[in-house]
Amino acid sequence: MGETTKTYTCIVCPRGCDVTATLNDKGDILSIEGNFCPRGEEYVRNELTHPMRQLTSTVIIKGGLYDRLPVILSSPIPKDRMMDVMKALDGVEVSSPISRGDVVISDVCGLGVDVVASRSM
Amino acid sequence: MIKRELVVIGGGSAGIAAAIAAYNNGCKDILLLEKDAELGGILLQCIHNGFGLHRFGEELSGPAYAEKWKDSLAQTSVDVRTSTTVIHLTSDKHITYVNPNEGYVTVEAGAIVLAVGCRERSRGAIATPGYRPSGVWTAGTAQKYINMQGYMVGKRVFILGSGDIGLIMARRMVLEGAKVLGVAEIMPYSNGLPRNIKQCLDDFDIPLYLSHTVTDIRGKARLNGITISKVDEKLTPIPGTEMDFDVDTLLLSVGLIPDTALLNEAGIKLHNKTKGATVNEHMETSIPGVFACGNGLHVHDLVDFVSMEGEEAGAAAAKYLRGELIRKEDSVIEAGNGISYVLPSYIDTEAMEESMEIKCRVTGNARNVKLTLKNGDKLIKEIKKLRVAPSEMEKIEVKKAEFGAAKGRFVLALEEL
Repeated sequence: MGETTKTYTCIVCPRGCDVTATLNDKGDILSIEGNFCPRGEEYVRNELTHPMRQLTSTVIIKGGLYDRLPVILSSPIPKDRMMDVMKALDGVEVSSPISRGDVVISDVCGLGVDVVASRSM
Repeated sequence: MIKRELVVIGGGSAGIAAAIAAYNNGCKDILLLEKDAELGGILLQCIHNGFGLHRFGEELSGPAYAEKWKDSLAQTSVDVRTSTTVIHLTSDKHITYVNPNEGYVTVEAGAIVLAVGCRERSRGAIATPGYRPSGVWTAGTAQKYINMQGYMVGKRVFILGSGDIGLIMARRMVLEGAKVLGVAEIMPYSNGLPRNIKQCLDDFDIPLYLSHTVTDIRGKARLNGITISKVDEKLTPIPGTEMDFDVDTLLLSVGLIPDTALLNEAGIKLHNKTKGATVNEHMETSIPGVFACGNGLHVHDLVDFVSMEGEEAGAAAAKYLRGELIRKEDSVIEAGNGISYVLPSYIDTEAMEESMEIKCRVTGNARNVKLTLKNGDKLIKEIKKLRVAPSEMEKIEVKKAEFGAAKGRFVLALEEL
């Protein structure tokens, strides 16, 4: 029967393991090898089924040391929704002072994930 | 003249860590000088995540990583001066700085930690041909404009150099609505971390042209196009392989180089490969009591290691000030086959502490290899490696017992298994 292998560079940490998944012709995962830690296996399973990504960007801040406040998501989102979140950040404005971890947009795009300040300013 | 026990020059990740470590090792009179308006250095513009996995066990953004360190620093009595530029450093440890509040000040330091960071290589450094229109940026400058000031630098972008900053900026430009047409890398491999190739290029279908470089830049007022060509083994462009791209922006991510302006004035001996200072295993430069760390010493791939090196330098400076940094006889470590540089350059196998860390970079990608440290024919240490890459710094811990009585000249080399 047809088995296929797919090799992924794990992006979970800077180690960047080459992880190889072997699939049968129905797309079921037969094995996952080459990962240094369990997170590598989880990453490849997600890549094969529903790839997730962290996203960072900035929003406008008024009265701060700089003109932009860096923001991050409270947890990763599906890869194909990144541009939706970028659109939701367009024109968003906050005012100084703001603390690291403050929520800038809650439940962004209905993803169940918050956009939070990634520094105080 | 004002006297201070320890002066740390540079308030980025290395300098903050050095100041905290010196403080925790008993030095209570510390002056930390930072040229920017706040501490944090280059981390402040690195808004992407991935910092702190080693240190904090979580993936932070650059500003968040800096903030955690700044919070720790605030628990100490370290005297911080921001918006302060050091303009002179002498071999007898006199530092002259300027800032808007104090004007022109000269300080005599008992010890100094240089945590001055690095600079980006620019277009001039790589002698790119063509016109000189606007729209050609170093990637880090573009990063600061976009991430801190909110200015978008272009719409159709090409990137020369596949270092991490270039890769990170490729993704950043796409997310902000630009079209990134490709990344050209003169070497046959990328200098960026594998994860950044994946999540910054592959995720956005941005082509990576290995063994390619920019051979023409066009445009009078603003950039309107570039040409890239394939290069041969000698990195010379091959005629007939030209590809044109209509772009308004070219980002250069062609390497970083330690900032040595102050080191040159003080006459500190430089390393011919890293272009930073030469140091011993205590991060001490050729001037006793002057220490160096971070990207101002050699360019790192992970900030966690910059912080660690800052801590080593800070702790060593505190030890020096206590009169406990004893040197007996310097041996040298050199880069052998397959190694581009080794750090430190000098070690004292007799007066060393229980163990020391030797850092190195390899010259090319390789699998199933070993790093060997030899003293003549005598093997001191050997470490097997499944995979090595020039983009990833290797660290080897060597114990005093492993050195034994060996001294003189050591060579670190890469060998086949």
